[in-house]
Amino acid sequence: MAVVFEKTNMLTDAPFHYCPGCTHGVIHRLAAEVVEEMGLQEKAVGVAPVGCAVFAYRYFNCDMFEAAHGRAPAVATGVKRARPDACVFTYQGDGDLASIGTAEIVHAAHRGEKITTIFVNNAIYGMTGGQMAPTTLVGQKTSTSPYGRDKDWCGAPIRMSEMLATIEGAAFIERVALNNNANIVKAKKAIRKAFECQMAGKGFSMVEVLSTCPTNWGMNPVEAMKWLEENMIPYYPLGNFREVQ
Amino acid sequence: MAKILMKGNEAIAEAAIRAGCRFFFGYPITPQTEVPEYMAARMPEIGGCFLQAESEVAAINMVYGAAGTGVRVMTSSSSPGVSLKQEGISYIAGAELPCVIINVMRGGPGLGGIQASQGDYFQSTRGGGHGDYRCIVYAPASVQEVVDLMGVAFDAADQYRCPAMIVADGIIGQMMEPVELPEPYEYKVDTEKKPWAATGWKPGDKKERAVINSLYIEVDELHELNTRLQARYREIEKNEVRYEVYGDEDAELVVCAYGTVARICKAAIDELRDKGLKVKLIRPITLWPFPVDCVKAAAEAPEVKAVLTVELNAGQMLEDVKLAVNGAKPVEFLGNPGSKMPTVEEICEKLLAMSKGEE
Repeated sequence: MAVVFEKTNMLTDAPFHYCPGCTHGVIHRLAAEVVEEMGLQEKAVGVAPVGCAVFAYRYFNCDMFEAAHGRAPAVATGVKRARPDACVFTYQGDGDLASIGTAEIVHAAHRGEKITTIFVNNAIYGMTGGQMAPTTLVGQKTSTSPYGRDKDWCGAPIRMSEMLATIEGAAFIERVALNNNANIVKAKKAIRKAFECQMAGKGFSMVEVLSTCPTNWGMNPVEAMKWLEENMIPYYPLGNFREVQ
Repeated sequence: MAKILMKGNEAIAEAAIRAGCRFFFGYPITPQTEVPEYMAARMPEIGGCFLQAESEVAAINMVYGAAGTGVRVMTSSSSPGVSLKQEGISYIAGAELPCVIINVMRGGPGLGGIQASQGDYFQSTRGGGHGDYRCIVYAPASVQEVVDLMGVAFDAADQYRCPAMIVADGIIGQMMEPVELPEPYEYKVDTEKKPWAATGWKPGDKKERAVINSLYIEVDELHELNTRLQARYREIEKNEVRYEVYGDEDAELVVCAYGTVARICKAAIDELRDKGLKVKLIRPITLWPFPVDCVKAAAEAPEVKAVLTVELNAGQMLEDVKLAVNGAKPVEFLGNPGSKMPTVEEICEKLLAMSKGEE
């Protein structure tokens, strides 16, 4: 029988622990496929975060690090400086990258650190059970914003791509979403460009992926995707924010 | 090699390079700043990497990343900065990675001061961060000794796959002394010796891909990690204890002190000998593992009346001394928290009083 589809060899056979309907699985596959297609598997070193993707080191089939909460860009910096030829990527969620790890991500970008960051923004803390993230939308109910996020009390949601795009050392910044097939194709293209940017030595690269969390949003996967389209995309516009030629 | 005059912090940096360290991640803080300054000038000359991190937190995580690739890597800081590094040190210990951390100690708590202190004894010897782990902790008493200990620290870190710390009080970092530097050593990552290192992997390789990690979500797996670590710590206790004994063998009093304070104690011991009082100094060079057997045996000697611990803190090593002496003899303390250095006169006066049986 003809093989029409094969799983990328950049993913191990370990079963994902992610909840049904969660987009982490798709994002893992896109990043893994890009690394394999670019022939970078032997050079690849990934850094997993603390958060839902904490077990990413089980799934990406290459040398992997598990970092402390928010510190993945600093760990990736240490790896890249010790092995400048390696293809180094971090995989981080919004609590990890946009809250506890803001210093590390800003300064990795600022140094023009030649690493690639996959930033998964689902507007909530998933692993700890649905608390407010810096990316949680105004009015969005979470277990630590039970009356809805109050802008006066805890600020407006932070737009990381726009912020990092102001930094000179950032060479490629793009926000994508996985809400339909066309956008999934676009997301993969952006991830590829980000890795190409790293390997060309241009500087820091990041792709922010708008992602759903049906479990903690209290929705089924279809409702969650609709909520993402109607609420997240208007606040977090898709597109490229910086691309150094 | 001829002796040259070097400032402690610069000697620390040069000795690290000569021990094969080619990666340094740090952040400025008094009184250790000459370490990163020296590294910033020297590393580019030898094809090494000096990087000023955005914080001590980032610096220690960069150390984690570089250590995971098998290279010799170091960071340095001073007390408040070392507090910030504790999270990263715990992860490094949990992930079983070798590295060297320098703490040029200053007075605390909080922002404290910038003068010498030994206030971080507890933090250094008890782990410092969360979880059951240890660092091998060296306490040099001279610029020459810190130079000599650098290679020892890197070797021990590699051998036991754990962080090694050198805690030098601010005086060791800031003063100049003549030193003889060792011959430079070129360290190459040996994948046979460090099969765990992330040196690159492809499907079909004989070795497994590297996973540098301290997460063990299953109770039994975490237990296995901790059992492995504790077994290693028992080996370190057996093999790595270092100390110096100074003074009279048939002394009636024993003094325990380390670092600069131990040098002041030596001056006091010399002075007391002239007055007819025999005192012996035990100077731990490793604060962990602590020289338990040596202190215990000294205290139990029939001619010894009592033990005095002298520290530039409120009495931290004092607890280890008491545990070692285990009630065999009275243990007294002289010292100051913060940075007010005990003087030769104070130490002599205290020992004379102890000799006469006065409190």
